[in-house]
Amino acid sequence: MIYREAGQFRTSYAADQAVFPVLQDRVFVWAIALFAFVVVPFAASEYLLRAILVPFLILAIAAIGLNLLVGYCGQISLGSAAFMAVGAYASYDVTVHLPWLNLLLVFLIGGLCAAAAGVVFGLPSLRIKGYYLAVATLAAQFFFDWLFIRIPWFTDYASSGSVSAPPLRIFGLSFESPAGRYLLCLGLLTMTALVAKNLVRGRMGRMWMATRDMDIAAEIIGIRPLHAKLSAFAISSFIIGVSGALWAFVHLGSWEPLAFSIDRSFALLFMVVIGGLGSILGCFLGAAFITIVPIFLNQVPAALGIPLSTAMVSHLEFMTFGTLIVFFLIVEPNGLARLWAIGREKLRLWPFPH
Amino acid sequence: MDFFVVEVLIGGLLTGVLYALVALGFVLIFKASGVFNFAQGSMCLFAALALVRLMEVLPVALALLCAAAIMIGLAFAIERLVLRPLVNQAAIILFMATIGITFFLDGLGQSLFGSEVYTLDLGIPKNPLILFEGVIPGGILVNEFDLWAAVIAGLLVAVLAVFFQRTRIGRALRAVADDHQAAQSVGIPLRHIWVIVWSVAGLVALVAGIIWGSKLGVQFSIALVALKALPVLMLGGLTSVPGAIVGGLIVGAGEKLSEVFLGPFLGGGIENWFAYVLALLFLLVRPQGLFGERIIERV
Repeated sequence: MIYREAGQFRTSYAADQAVFPVLQDRVFVWAIALFAFVVVPFAASEYLLRAILVPFLILAIAAIGLNLLVGYCGQISLGSAAFMAVGAYASYDVTVHLPWLNLLLVFLIGGLCAAAAGVVFGLPSLRIKGYYLAVATLAAQFFFDWLFIRIPWFTDYASSGSVSAPPLRIFGLSFESPAGRYLLCLGLLTMTALVAKNLVRGRMGRMWMATRDMDIAAEIIGIRPLHAKLSAFAISSFIIGVSGALWAFVHLGSWEPLAFSIDRSFALLFMVVIGGLGSILGCFLGAAFITIVPIFLNQVPAALGIPLSTAMVSHLEFMTFGTLIVFFLIVEPNGLARLWAIGREKLRLWPFPH
Repeated sequence: MDFFVVEVLIGGLLTGVLYALVALGFVLIFKASGVFNFAQGSMCLFAALALVRLMEVLPVALALLCAAAIMIGLAFAIERLVLRPLVNQAAIILFMATIGITFFLDGLGQSLFGSEVYTLDLGIPKNPLILFEGVIPGGILVNEFDLWAAVIAGLLVAVLAVFFQRTRIGRALRAVADDHQAAQSVGIPLRHIWVIVWSVAGLVALVAGIIWGSKLGVQFSIALVALKALPVLMLGGLTSVPGAIVGGLIVGAGEKLSEVFLGPFLGGGIENWFAYVLALLFLLVRPQGLFGERIIERV
């Protein structure tokens, strides 16, 4: 009843090709955006902003990056945390050597370095496929883990190996407050999502999807596999690199290489798979799921008044998390985004489904 | 002449056999069900933890039997609760599901059996041994434990080879590995085969867990040995049992040699990624690994 597209005629090409062609969708998205930009920064508590929303936003950026590679181009990557680390450390090194540079430019350079690393470790994808490639991307993970621990230049010879981000000032404005951090991440996430959505709708996205569905067939109809795969690796690594820089500068503040361990890579892959492969909306849902569930699980025993040791809580958290993942994969292997799409179809017919 | 190289090489080869042992579990499951079982390392940890805690209350032989029974029970549970509902799903979904199993097993093992470091002693001698003293001046120093481990691994591979080649079940397993549908159409029950294969992989995990457990102590780091086994798999090919062994030997030897001879120039600790890069280089030449099935692609 409320969600009907009847009577909405698309009378121009622009209207036909809009990201949200249905009026109700547009209103809904604008409402959410308005709420997120205007209401949340003032209404949310500091804990909510710092511990839940900021990590969620940053991981959503990373998930979008990874989804371009895994969901759209079909190249499984288990090394995404390594590219986050490259983005973070490259940004850090830039701020150390060029402290006057605008922070947004710094993130950009971090992203570009990650993109370069992505291209180098994406090269084998031209020859290696499937699981072999997945394991090959682990090479990136372990190599960069080692690099940032063992080569002191990258950490500016910090004795403990842990480095700290400079104050967050962009164009003379301070983004140090929790609301400022939140807005910075939200702005970048909105931008990333828009760019990604338009990329996958365009020529580039078609190229990737053709490669994903069958790379030999794609090659035969004239898609250069080198071009398609490496561009996917580069763009995905760029976005992941920027998110890594944000994770380090905005969320953590000071960090060590352990912040970008292989667990982070798996978490990102889970976001993409649980959210929905090949869906931008899925990245948001997946990131929300993976960010909130552990926090929630952590709180449950205390809330129920069950006295458990911290070690036990963390083990139970692992177990529940693993079970939930298997459960969600069984219930909807196409991810949360698919559930959303089904709900939307139902809503279109509601309340007269015949 | 300097026999240090030989000593490092032999040490590396012996470690390689242990990697191969973990890789073997991966290969078994991948061959029979096409599932890349990321949980293999956690299964090793789980098996080792179960064994250690059982040994505290039971005699060794009985504890071993019980641990084996637990692993078989686990195989049943995984088949029933995870694989069966996910049949016919994309490979990446199954892969993610096994990562879910990894989380679950890590949590379950440590909450049931505790997360301290336990020592596992099955009476395998651990003395350093000097070999070939007559042949080479000074002899070659090896760890007796590593030798025994290699012998056990060799025995296990031999038993598996006989099991696969000579028994009825083994033949069924090979048929399933070849072609699921064809196997099913001649009347091989896929579900039973999967349970069997996961059980065998569980038992291999138990053996690997015992050996790694007695080497490192039973602790969480055993689960991470699986990460060392992955380059072994790629090198040898995901579908080949001999490949796992040869890959293990190459990775073990390459890792130790590189650490000793390349490490000092690069700042040390390169063991962690060298195997991956080595495997990557091999794959660039042979994308299916050394012994993997040749990949034929058609549109």
